[in-house]
Order: sequence, then structure tokens, then C-alpha cells
Amino acid sequence: MKRVYLDNAATTQVDPRVLKAMLPYLKDKFGNPSSIHSWGQEIKKAVEESRKKVASILGCRAGEIIFTSCASESNNLALKGMVEAVTNGNFKKAHIIVSSIEHHAGLDSAKHLEKLGVKVTWLSVDQYGLIDIKEIEKAIQENTVLVSVMYVNNEMGTIEPIAKLGKMIKKLNKFRQSQIYFHTDAVQAIQYLNCNVQGLGVDLLSLSGHKFHAPKGVGLLFKKDGTPITRLQDGGGQEFGLRAGTENVASIVGLIKALELVEEHKKEKVKRVVYLRDKLIKGILKIGGVQLTGHPQKRIPHIASFVVKGAEGEAMILLLDETGIAASSGSACTSKILEPSYVLKAMNIPPELSHGSLRLSLSSKTTEKDIDYVLEVLPKIIKKLRKIAPKL
Amino acid sequence: MDLNKLYSKKVIEHFKNPRNMGEIKSPDGMATVGNPRCGDIMRLFIKVGKKNGKEHIKDIKFQTLGCAAAIASSSMLTTMVKGKMLKRIEKINREAVARALGGLSAVKIHCSVLAVDAFKKAIENYRQKK
Repeated sequence: MKRVYLDNAATTQVDPRVLKAMLPYLKDKFGNPSSIHSWGQEIKKAVEESRKKVASILGCRAGEIIFTSCASESNNLALKGMVEAVTNGNFKKAHIIVSSIEHHAGLDSAKHLEKLGVKVTWLSVDQYGLIDIKEIEKAIQENTVLVSVMYVNNEMGTIEPIAKLGKMIKKLNKFRQSQIYFHTDAVQAIQYLNCNVQGLGVDLLSLSGHKFHAPKGVGLLFKKDGTPITRLQDGGGQEFGLRAGTENVASIVGLIKALELVEEHKKEKVKRVVYLRDKLIKGILKIGGVQLTGHPQKRIPHIASFVVKGAEGEAMILLLDETGIAASSGSACTSKILEPSYVLKAMNIPPELSHGSLRLSLSSKTTEKDIDYVLEVLPKIIKKLRKIAPKL
Repeated sequence: MDLNKLYSKKVIEHFKNPRNMGEIKSPDGMATVGNPRCGDIMRLFIKVGKKNGKEHIKDIKFQTLGCAAAIASSSMLTTMVKGKMLKRIEKINREAVARALGGLSAVKIHCSVLAVDAFKKAIENYRQKK
């Protein structure tokens, strides 16, 4: 049976070149970077070389990169660690602004802070999932310490105006006594958009390796010099004392290799993925009663997302899986809490529609044949489910 | 995704090949339960026959908008009650349907409530019409 993996926003396949770069660090090069003997020092060098390479790609200094276990950890560190440091634990003093469509890691970190007494302004989005910079400007108070908005939403692919927002915050900071720090979760953006931290004007930026063909279990946080952070994980002095724990060396090396591969022929890859995604969107919209979710133009190349009338998300995913196609859905039945997607809800998509949500996410390894296969199979699946459903 | 781990073989089998799906023109009883806002919606049609003065489910058809568990429990319920005496089968509960499906995980139990609810309401509708 043909197998087509279109769930790359969930995770990606490790690139063979990434695995090859990692292998020595899972075999002979096994020292602990904290050891002062040659076994350890050789590995320490590999970690610091990796840090330099990331820094040159993101446009920052090596000392501004903290390796973590994943973007969830990076988001926790950015929100909870930053607010704790800046308020000295006096949480009731602080105000933060967070978009209502953040990934759970950002959303729940903000909710945690809210419980501790931090005042949180939850930003709304429009029907396309776009935030409004003016709303942020209005929400800013004297005690605002953080604005956190994701670069690209993982469920529907809308690109938020991060660079513009960065500029606005920079301007405001010139006239303020206390600084507003700016964080973005760039997990879904890194492969296709410019993530130069100077250009974006961010103080904090989260990334995860497994979304761009590195292994699971490694991520990073860019933290601009001077941005205060209290570490969440106590222990040794690794990562400038901000994240205790022996470095995941092989995965760090893998993450850097994957990041270098992202930069190779980036323009051509973007063009190709956009072409395939647009072919997919055009084909799927031909099926009646299907609506695109997210912004039609300001949209990340690899994410195509829809709501399908008269077919439930989980049922579609299972039937697609039967035909060898991997996709995902934000329907209530695919979530453990039986709530439909909060992202689609924030976009004012009614629950009866979000119940039939469907996301297909591509990678640079997706082929035109893959897309043709989906366009052949999906209409039949939707037709089958609509036949079972009552006519309302 | 390994389907067998998410759901029992029975659930997947009924989900993929639902029995008694469709509608009955001029049914003796009919009910629609659930609502589109919570997701699942089910419509059930019954035809009631009489043998020696005793009522039985002569025919039953369903239509369901919902997840695999909702569709499979609709299908399973229809096979469990079709041809049975009304008096004997009208007290069927969701546990019986879930059991017949080889079990449902805790989060999916609520999906099987719909089928039993629809069946009871369809009988109610039939009795009101009588």
C-alpha cells in the first residue's frame, strides 16, 4: 500500500545526514562535556561549535543560545523563567500579554503564571487567526513585562506579524522605565521563514528539533543578552547555569546539522512546498462544503488546514490512515479532553464545523504523487462519511 | 497509528462497514439526538411489527455524524435490537453496547450513549404516535 506522511507539523522524519552526524556521539565520542579530561573536552568542543553554528544562522551570539529538551521546555523557560526573574517572584506586580492561539506549552505556562497572580491579557485573533498589533498597543500597561505571540500557528498555519510587532515593542521600550520583553514560538516557522532574531526584534525565541528533521528530545531557546531568566530545572551549571542537566550531545549535533540543511536551497524548497500545498488546497476545496482555515495568503508553506461539513475529524483521520495517509484533526474526539480546538474557536469557527477539522502538513520530502494520491482518496472518504451522517 | 490500539477490532469493523445504515421512509418511530455543537449527532428510524399481539423491532436504520466510536456503537446497537421483542430489548443500556464492541476507552464511552438514547427516544416517539 502507498504510504503518504502528511503530518509534518506534528513531527518529521530524521534526515539520514542528520543521523550520520549524530552517530559518533552515540558511539566513541561519549564523554561528559563537564569533565576536564580529554574525553570530556572533545565533546565540550562539539557542543560549543554547535552553539556557534546556530548563532550564525539565527544572527545572534553563541552565548545567547540555550539548548533544551524541546520547544515546550523553551516556552516554559521563556515565560515562567523570565517573569519569575523580572518580578523577583513577586508575581502580583506583573502583567503579560499572550495570544489566545499559542501552543499548549505557551498557553499553559501563561495560565500557570495567572494562577500565581500575574495579570494576563489574552489576545484575540480575527477570522484568519491574525493578531491585531493595535490591540497589543492598547493592552500594554506600566507593569507589562512580556508579550508572547507565536510566529506561525501549528493548527492552521497563519503567519503572525512578528517583525512588525518587534519594531513596535522596541519603539515603546525607548520611552519606558521598565522593559517589555518579546517572545515568539518559531517552531513551525523555522523551515520556511526568516528567523533572524535581529530582524524579528525578539528577546526570546523557541525552537524544536523534531519539526525540521532532527530527532525528538532536543530544542533551544534564544535569549538575548540582558534578558533576565530564572532557571526552572535546578542542578549543575550547564547552559550558562540556566538549564541544569548533562547535555544531549548527539541530539544537539543533530539539531545543528538539520538546521544547516534547512538553509540549503531554502528558496527552492519553499517554492516547491508552496506549489504542492496550493495544488492540495485547490483540489480539496473542489469538494463541496469544505472551507480553508487560516489566512489564504499569510500562510506557512507546509500547512493546509480545513473544516469539512458533515464529516467528523477523527473518522476522516482513521479512514485516511486505512488508505496509508497520515493527517491530523483538532476535533473534540481526537483530543483527550473532548473539547474542540481552542484555536478554531478563537477564530470564531462554530463547533459544528470545527468538529470536522482536518490538517495536512507537508515537508520538503513530499512529492506531487503524494498530493495526487490524497486528492484521489479524500473525496471518497468524505463522501462515505456524509452518506452515514443524517441530513440536517 | 495502530488502529487496533486506539479501538477494538470490533469497533473498527463496524466503523468501516456500518450495518443498517440509512433511513426508513415513513417509520413508526424516529428520534434525533445529540447536537451539532457538541459534535456527534444521530438519527434513528424504527419499524415495529406485531406477532401474536407482541411488538418487535421489524426494521431499524441509523444515520450518524460523529467519530468512529459513535458510528460503531450506532451500528452495533441496530444489530443488537433488530428482530427482538420490544419489551425485552427496550431497557438496553450503553454498557451492553460497549461490551458487544469489545470495550471502549473511558474517553470514548460518552460516544456510545448517543445510540442508546436515540433508540429509547425512537420507541417513545412510536408510543406517542400510537
